[in-house]
Amino acid sequence: MRMTHVDGKDKGALALYTLSTCVWCRMMKGFLAKMQIGYDYVDVDTLAAEEKAQTIEELRRWNPKCSFPSLVVNGEKCVVGFNEETLKETLNL
Amino acid sequence: MNDGSAQGSKEADLFLEELEVRSRESGYHLNPDTGFVRALIEGLLTNVRRYGYAACPCRLASGRKEDDMDIICPCDYRDADLGEHGSCFCALYVSREVARGTRPLASIVERRPPEGSRRHNDEPVAGIVRPSHPVWRCRVCGYLCAREGPPETCPICKAAGERFELFLPGGPG
Repeated sequence: MRMTHVDGKDKGALALYTLSTCVWCRMMKGFLAKMQIGYDYVDVDTLAAEEKAQTIEELRRWNPKCSFPSLVVNGEKCVVGFNEETLKETLNL
Repeated sequence: MNDGSAQGSKEADLFLEELEVRSRESGYHLNPDTGFVRALIEGLLTNVRRYGYAACPCRLASGRKEDDMDIICPCDYRDADLGEHGSCFCALYVSREVARGTRPLASIVERRPPEGSRRHNDEPVAGIVRPSHPVWRCRVCGYLCAREGPPETCPICKAAGERFELFLPGGPG
């Protein structure tokens, strides 16, 4: 599955799973942009059927409820939902 | 919040107007942040175009209505989330405290069970003397009514009749 890269400061490998229709996902992207942090994202709802199914499978390993936004940090842990404080703590901002 | 893409859609204006009336009449509160609400409405309208029904914009719909019935807005989880967290999952609906600004708004944990462990309609209650009419339950707000079939629209929360489940079988038979 291909992710879209957003340039910015390197805070580790950040893989963000979002929905194009979700306002909290948009706030998450907005926050990362404001902090000028580089990351990769995929809007899962806009994928074609097969790729969508693969991506859901992939995300389910990190977040069984498959809720959005989900941010996988360095392939080690997953931050679920948008919360500025949690993000600042996780990304050492 | 400000969002350029959420501006200027006539369809969204109408949707918002209707939603405001329906919420007020049924005792629910919309998020006082109009920009936020407009962005959610754009998401709902996108889903109506995509799937043919207003699936929750903050959840991934399957595109199969029978599997998404619980997340058609207002979702089956709204009232429980309003009670516990002061907002629904999207924060389209908020509690009175949040609407008045006396309680802060936050992103909340998903209440919807993962795929595979979702309930569909509950088994009707057993062990009670069969009433003269079947009892129907609105899965959105919990309203119960004893009549031959569910109403067209829930008189309490205005959810569609298809959101009712049989709570207690009744009538001759």
